Amino acid sequence: MRDLIESALKGHKADYIEIRIEDTETTNISFRGRELDEIGHSTGKGGNVRACVKGGWGFASFNDLGSIRAKVEQAVSQARMVGNEKTELADTAPVVAIVPPHIVSDPANVPLSEKHRILEGYLDLLWGGPEIQTSSLRYMDGHRRMFYGNNQGTYTEQSRIDVNFWASAIARNGGDIQQASISMGSLGDFDLIHRMQAEVAKLPQKAVDFLAAPQVQGGEYTVILDPVLAGVFVHEAFGHLSEADHVYENPKLREVMVLGRRFGGEHLNIVDGAKIPDLRGSFQYDEEGVEAQRTDLIREGVLVGRLHSRETAAKMGEKPSGNARAIGYQHPPIVRMTNTIIEPGEATFDDLLEGVKEGVYCKNWYGGMTSMEQFTFSAGETYMIRDGHIAETVRPVMLSGNVFTTLENLDAVANDLEMNEGGGCGKGGQSPLPVSNGSPHIRLRNCLVGGA
Amino acid sequence: MLEELLAQALKQADQAEVYHLTSVSTPISFEASRLKSVDARDSSGVALRIIKDGRIGFSSTSDMADMDGLVARAVEMLPFGAKASMEFPSASEYADVPTFDQATADMKSEALVEIGTKLIDKLHADWPDIVWSAGVSQSVSTVRVMNSRGCNAEETTSVIGIGMEGTLVKDTDMLFVWEGQSSCRPTLDTEAIIASIERKLRWAERVAPAPTGPIPVIFTPSAVADLLIEPLLEGFNGRNIVQGSSPLIEKLGSLMLDPHLTVWDDPSIPYTPGSRAFDGEGVPSNRLPLIQQGVIANFIYDLQTAGQAGALTTGSAHRGLGSQPGPDTSVVVIDPGDTTFADMIAGYPKALVVESFLGAGQGNTLGGDFSANVLLGYAVENGVVIGRVKDTMLAGNVYTIFKKLDALGSELEWVDGALRTPAISCTEVSVSSKA
Repeated sequence: MRDLIESALKGHKADYIEIRIEDTETTNISFRGRELDEIGHSTGKGGNVRACVKGGWGFASFNDLGSIRAKVEQAVSQARMVGNEKTELADTAPVVAIVPPHIVSDPANVPLSEKHRILEGYLDLLWGGPEIQTSSLRYMDGHRRMFYGNNQGTYTEQSRIDVNFWASAIARNGGDIQQASISMGSLGDFDLIHRMQAEVAKLPQKAVDFLAAPQVQGGEYTVILDPVLAGVFVHEAFGHLSEADHVYENPKLREVMVLGRRFGGEHLNIVDGAKIPDLRGSFQYDEEGVEAQRTDLIREGVLVGRLHSRETAAKMGEKPSGNARAIGYQHPPIVRMTNTIIEPGEATFDDLLEGVKEGVYCKNWYGGMTSMEQFTFSAGETYMIRDGHIAETVRPVMLSGNVFTTLENLDAVANDLEMNEGGGCGKGGQSPLPVSNGSPHIRLRNCLVGGA
Repeated sequence: MLEELLAQALKQADQAEVYHLTSVSTPISFEASRLKSVDARDSSGVALRIIKDGRIGFSSTSDMADMDGLVARAVEMLPFGAKASMEFPSASEYADVPTFDQATADMKSEALVEIGTKLIDKLHADWPDIVWSAGVSQSVSTVRVMNSRGCNAEETTSVIGIGMEGTLVKDTDMLFVWEGQSSCRPTLDTEAIIASIERKLRWAERVAPAPTGPIPVIFTPSAVADLLIEPLLEGFNGRNIVQGSSPLIEKLGSLMLDPHLTVWDDPSIPYTPGSRAFDGEGVPSNRLPLIQQGVIANFIYDLQTAGQAGALTTGSAHRGLGSQPGPDTSVVVIDPGDTTFADMIAGYPKALVVESFLGAGQGNTLGGDFSANVLLGYAVENGVVIGRVKDTMLAGNVYTIFKKLDALGSELEWVDGALRTPAISCTEVSVSSKA
């Protein structure tokens, strides 16, 4: 593969050219209710070329590897159509590396019959408890092999194995339908699928409880987030804003996001990095061949760094951070998060609850989204807090806020960091990208809760 | 080659189906008010579905040199496969649904760059403080469905699409305006895009306090698309009917919603990107009423869910390459009413007009619930738009708020080539906002 890529890179007039070729293999199994819905095994092969001429980009993706040289020419001529400035890419040392995949337990070694049998065990858990209307159960494993080379001497071969598991119990009372779900993922660890029993077994009761639960009154509350939802919060409420591609060409936003700006109290520390090992967002080299790092984003409440591609780093005069990622060969790499974490503080969960007269405790997640200034994220479970204690179950809520005021209102960080590896991130039409996020319990004052 | 694949698969199965997809697209993107990249994306692949001894096997690949592997993997799945509640359809006559225009297919990157540049230059000249980005893309895709019972259908669709987004940052206050269009023909109305952006910017110029409580809310066509369609129509999906997870079960024929509300799934509208003559299984597409004057009229099925429900397929199978088909809508059309958008607004002493949302579709949409942050919306006072609201959330249940509509708009608008709807106003929607 190296010969194919390196020979195709030769003899073109462009400031920068890179070629990526991928092989993918995916197994998925899903049940709807007690019935098997779908089982399939798919493969893919394809690649892309990205070229830059005078600051303009051309990109060509393909499935037919035989046409690779023509595709390089096409990408270069497209880039030429665009470029009339100067190509600026942050310098990085060329690397040649063959990186083996991170494997704890390889799903490829487990026969399909065994995967099927394990999932049937989960079906028994979903249907063994209180009466539910139906359930959903999905499993997916994927192996992606990536071969990458550029005309600056970098060549890498990397490989990653993703495992995903998702379960949901759905309860119904006439026209009222409620669901409780869980999703989990891992980098290269099939055994994840053996560790979900306790959580899945609780889902039917949760869904049934939601049916009986009232809706919270919409408005502002003191909100405590569990580590899973706080991870989604840091991803949505701050992570996306720290992606330099939103900022680098917007002069006003550059003023707002100036390094040194205070976003929160001294207890607030946020990092991102693919170098943090063995998580779903971990890798050794990003999709521009830049070595993974660990980037401090907020240190003691102050903005100290951001996430870059080689282009955004050069244009902002900052160091590349190894955050250029793509979900697959059909897409060019863009600036993305990897593993995003609110670092633990000193407080205990009980400290956070203390003194909260009426508040909302949110656990687990449904989803989240951001427009940079505003963000939303939604809880999988919600409870009222009354006089410092967790009280009655209410229906799961959506929370919303303004990043600038919400981080200021984040007034307590507990000491119980946990990682959430169940999510995938979407941006620029590329979804889902494997990421992880993590946090201890956190408390937000005056957080807007949607409701009746 | 696909014929050979079908023949090869039939050696090991009772029935077989081949689904082949090729697509060539050329997206052009503009960032920071200037041209950023020109792309060319080619993709192709094939999916194989087989039935043997009453079970379904499935596999897909984008590696056209690996047909032996494709068949072997589909066969390997058989012992675990879902129970087949269907057989593949035989050959059918299809209606003529035009979705291809040679003029669109012939457009080169240079022409797309020119369209985008003109628009960006105009917007940048009118609003220099706003950072504009845009995407213009053209694509031609061909789908072919063949099976062992004689179906052999092929359809090519050409699409040109354009989307513009402006970002206005004033310290930590950010405003986002968006407008887009798509069609199978190269007949984009760029004047309309500019007029719509101009109206949004004018209404958003000032920030106004949000009216809260249960108040009248006017959903513009893009808001209907963003927030309401998914919770409204998920209950019609055959998968949810079969699983019992739809609130509409046993409601076929009942009057559940406002008698002014009629909603169609109509894949037969000419030159619409979501239109098609046949579905992902080669079954003829149908113009199907889903809600007829407030009455639940039809659910949507593919072959498998129809078999499970004891119903007939409605020709609603949608699929990509990597997974098996499932029922979905193609082009949703909501019939217009008789209130103009201007009259709708003028009628309210206090209301909220909503345009786009953040976080729509995250909640329990299965039961018809919606909840979202208002990304772009305006406060109305005494029949006049007084400014854009911030830090505002909407929550409710679509079946509840659609029981009685306050007004149904008379002007129909396309959203994304997949929905055509008027504005809709509802009397009481729960709105909360930060003080």
